[in-house]
Amino acid sequence: MKFNVNSPILFVLAGVIILAVAAQSVFFLVRAWKHGLEIGMDREKLKKISITAGVFTIAPAVAIVISVITLAKDLGLPLPWLRLSVVGSLSYETIAATNAENAMGLTFGRVAALTASQYVTIAMVMTAGIMVGIWLVPVVCKKMQTGIINLENRDKKWADIFSAAMFIGMISAFLGYVFADFSTIFHGDPSGLIPVCVMAVSAALMCFAGLMVKKFKWHWIGDYALPISLIAGMASAIPITAWLS
Amino acid sequence: MNDKNAYLESVYKYGRIWNLSVMVLLFLFPVAVWLIFDAAPDWHGLLMGLLATAPMYWAVAVVETFTYIPMLGAGGSYLSFVTGNISNLKLPVALNALEQAGVKVNSDEGEVVSTIAIAVSSIVTTVIIIIGVVLITPLTPVLNAPVLAPAFAQIIPALFGGLGVVFISKNWKIAIAPIVLMLALFIFVPAINAGMVGIMVPVGVVFTLGVSRFMYKKGMLD
Repeated sequence: MKFNVNSPILFVLAGVIILAVAAQSVFFLVRAWKHGLEIGMDREKLKKISITAGVFTIAPAVAIVISVITLAKDLGLPLPWLRLSVVGSLSYETIAATNAENAMGLTFGRVAALTASQYVTIAMVMTAGIMVGIWLVPVVCKKMQTGIINLENRDKKWADIFSAAMFIGMISAFLGYVFADFSTIFHGDPSGLIPVCVMAVSAALMCFAGLMVKKFKWHWIGDYALPISLIAGMASAIPITAWLS
Repeated sequence: MNDKNAYLESVYKYGRIWNLSVMVLLFLFPVAVWLIFDAAPDWHGLLMGLLATAPMYWAVAVVETFTYIPMLGAGGSYLSFVTGNISNLKLPVALNALEQAGVKVNSDEGEVVSTIAIAVSSIVTTVIIIIGVVLITPLTPVLNAPVLAPAFAQIIPALFGGLGVVFISKNWKIAIAPIVLMLALFIFVPAINAGMVGIMVPVGVVFTLGVSRFMYKKGMLD
């Protein structure tokens, strides 16, 4: 069979694996839903959570589609489709593909036609380079969760603070990330303010939504506040970038 | 064994089976291409490519595993580490759902909520990518339009602006020190740039845990 990065058989292979991964999500979803009802959770509440999660996912998922298009220039469609539907992210997959191509004397973004051997090599590097989380979670998850439950039984207040501290630690790192290019303003270039302004717009909208919930009891706003602030923040990036670039 | 323990035990059991099966499946893709097209990998390229990629990403994955499991819950962790995009999608989705439901991740309800939110997010992502792949020809000029590029380049600030307000306003006492530290590091240390955020997440988490423990012991969080 003659090799081509967009060969139909590659779509079939990628599609089968993606379906299997989607089946895992459906399996866990059904089990969690049933258990939720068993322990007395409200069906409407579970529905609301699902709808919000789905709505919230749309914009980041579209960004993933753009990543697929970016990687498809070198690798064809099936491999980026597979890689970005499981485990990876644009930054990781680009770095892994670049490293594999460089190791074979190719330059990422300037590959006219990969041979089957080069394609297999790149796919193996992309797969093996990020496999740790998939097998490590089954190894350590039970022990870690048991430890957290024990901690909660010993000292509930500290367990709550521990949980909040983990979230805050993660969020603070991403707030730092937003300011990563801030120092450009010291050199007269205001472009480093773009992510800061976008974050401020998103934060202001979230505050506004919180006020609406508190003042007018519009709880539906609370359910969709994060997706709304995400989309509004992204939309604000268009004029902000034009202004500060 | 009570209901919660029985459910969690089943999550561990099925999680192990699913994750290890998916791992094998993922490796089957390059192996199948190798066999179908009779094209062995370039072994030198494979070794050098892996040497350039794996050490850093394996180390980051180990740290991420220990950092994210307590935040995602059991079911959410098994799913997230298979479906990817954890910090920019699955974790914010789970956090928002937990907040919406008013439950803690380590409670029985929290485990259910986190798993449902992450599963729905994974399914929606898969469907949207499939639509994108099917419609790639008409969609490419739209999604690659220069006017939209700034919006997709600023997803993380737009995401963490809203998320930050919710969590920092509720935990402002323990948030001050890590935020000051991270801002100082990202603004004033040239070696720490945007590409290092994956490494800075566990640094932020460990630092916040240390500060919180100190404040808790000193009675500053009463």
